[in-house]
Amino acid sequence: MTPSDSNNASSGTSADNVKTEVFASNEDLKSVAIRLRRHIVTMIAKADSGHPGGSLSAVEIATALFWKVLRHKPSDPQWKNRDRFILSKGHAAPLLYSVLAECGYFPMSELSTLRQIDSRLQGHADRTATPGVEMSSGSLGQGLSFAIGVALAGRLNAQNYRVYALLSDGECDEGQVWEAAMAAAQFKVDNLTAIVDNNGLQLSGRNRDIMSLEPLNEKWAAFGWHVTDVDGHDLTQLLDALEKAKKVRGQPAVIIAHTVKGKGVSFMENNVDFHGKAPDAEQLETALKELA
Amino acid sequence: MAEEVSLRDTYGKTLVELGKKNPDIVVLDADLRPSTMTKYFAQEFPERFFDVGIAEQNMIGIASGLAASGKIPFASTFAVFAPGRCFDQIRVSVAQARLNVKIVSTHCGVTVGEDGASHQALEDLALTCSLPGLTVIVPADAIETARVIEAVATHVGPCYVRLPRAKLPNINSDDYRFEIGKAVTMRPGKDATVIAIGVMVAQALEAAAELAKEGIDCRVLNMPTLKPIDETAIVKAAEETGAIVTAEEHQEHGGLGSTVARIIAKHNPVPMEFVAVKDVFGMSGKPNELLERYRLTAKDIVGAVREVIKRKR
Ligand SMILES: Cc1ncc(C[n+]2csc(CCOP(=O)(O)OP(=O)(O)O)c2C)c(N)n1
Ligand SMILES: [Mg+2]
Repeated sequence: MTPSDSNNASSGTSADNVKTEVFASNEDLKSVAIRLRRHIVTMIAKADSGHPGGSLSAVEIATALFWKVLRHKPSDPQWKNRDRFILSKGHAAPLLYSVLAECGYFPMSELSTLRQIDSRLQGHADRTATPGVEMSSGSLGQGLSFAIGVALAGRLNAQNYRVYALLSDGECDEGQVWEAAMAAAQFKVDNLTAIVDNNGLQLSGRNRDIMSLEPLNEKWAAFGWHVTDVDGHDLTQLLDALEKAKKVRGQPAVIIAHTVKGKGVSFMENNVDFHGKAPDAEQLETALKELA
Repeated sequence: MAEEVSLRDTYGKTLVELGKKNPDIVVLDADLRPSTMTKYFAQEFPERFFDVGIAEQNMIGIASGLAASGKIPFASTFAVFAPGRCFDQIRVSVAQARLNVKIVSTHCGVTVGEDGASHQALEDLALTCSLPGLTVIVPADAIETARVIEAVATHVGPCYVRLPRAKLPNINSDDYRFEIGKAVTMRPGKDATVIAIGVMVAQALEAAAELAKEGIDCRVLNMPTLKPIDETAIVKAAEETGAIVTAEEHQEHGGLGSTVARIIAKHNPVPMEFVAVKDVFGMSGKPNELLERYRLTAKDIVGAVREVIKRKR
């Protein structure tokens, strides 16, 4: 199957009365996070290309969302009342694929096909290729605008789903992010939570050396958003902030998640070299030992 | 001369009619509602109208999110700003994502007039036609505009519709029926074919009338859908008339002319001439002065037909 003739998310049908279950799990989230990290490094090593740093930094964010916050049905990806998760930082696709496979959207064995010809797991997120992927991304800066559209449609249709958009920090260099930030406040989109994976690094160096974003919290606040600051690897803080964001009325909410790029693998942590480089066989072995 | 009617005014009023029938129709604009004429919809359905401010990239992204959630968004601005300002957003968030977004842009071509080069889109068709799955349509008068807007609202898939600023004479009758992907024979003929779009269709008809006086029997095809283009009509014209002139208010590179040339080169190469903008930017002036300056008039089409006929085999 090629990406172009595979599942087109927009054509999916869904009925509310089918016996599909909303995803629920009582598993210890820390062990989920470890499994996700193991998938990420393994699949990127197998593909011999991809972006480990920004996939690893957002593991706890995704875990909190998919295991505790989002209402979603892996057996019915188009369920119309699902909460929507939009990966704006499309290069973190290995994280999203690991999450979707663990939740049961597609077989875990498929993870090893990442970036191969005809795979459903394209190099960057592609809504026309992968069940559970809400939006195509890879060109940074576009996801928040899309998320606003989805949130506005929810409001017009009187549906009570919530929309979550995961952005990266370097991505906030893009003007479109701030166009969207203004619009979300103007339109009082309060069924939207944005999460910024604030790992301090972008492709070629530190944010503050390339294009400083600081003061990032104040910027979002000045654009009319409800801002919360959390340790992006602390699941309790994340869950708390995500719950509180749901209760904000009349304005959009953003969570600035302070993270470490490459988190969990010592030689990748805070190392810009592993923004977009695969580990070799020896490095993979070390990484998997650390992620036991 | 037939009555001249504004295509964008017709666009705005057609949106209101569609909005009454279909609650899923929503409209976005980027601070140009009095110019694109989405203002009528804004007045009638304020809760379904979103003005994003001067932020075209964001407009396209929001439109794609609305489309992914079952809405039928029409997003409008000037053609220099969409696709011009937000090509990447159209590429990834609309075309690659295969979302049902309708981009209707106004103020294309040199007939924008006094605002000059920055505001005269002459490359928008090259940009939009390059994107897989995007339907590209250029209406030639107000009657056709109404039919086109109705058709794209029903069609499932991303569309780009190009409208001029200028008023144009109605060249179609009230019972005109539009079908996506079908050329319209405006005038039969056997000596040569003029294939035209938009503003140039009326000019082509005038040219054909002029040529008839010299005994040249010129076919005129209106090619409202540039993509997917009506290959059958083009190949038939090449076979039956042996010479083709294309006429468009767009750069010669990447618009109607190069598309037609590609098709006849493959199926039946016949001599061609191109009435188009020749790799220069526009400038300020009156629309008619500019059409003359850039050689986009009936007279230029007449000259091109005479030339192409000389080269017939
Ligand atoms: C519009 C755009 N420009 C450039 C790139 C190339 N690119 C891919 S990732 C990246 C750096 C991203 O850094 P950041 O946003 O901080 O992401 P993270 O640290 O989470 O990996 C760049 C420049 C892109 N994908 N999109
Ligand atoms: Mg970063």
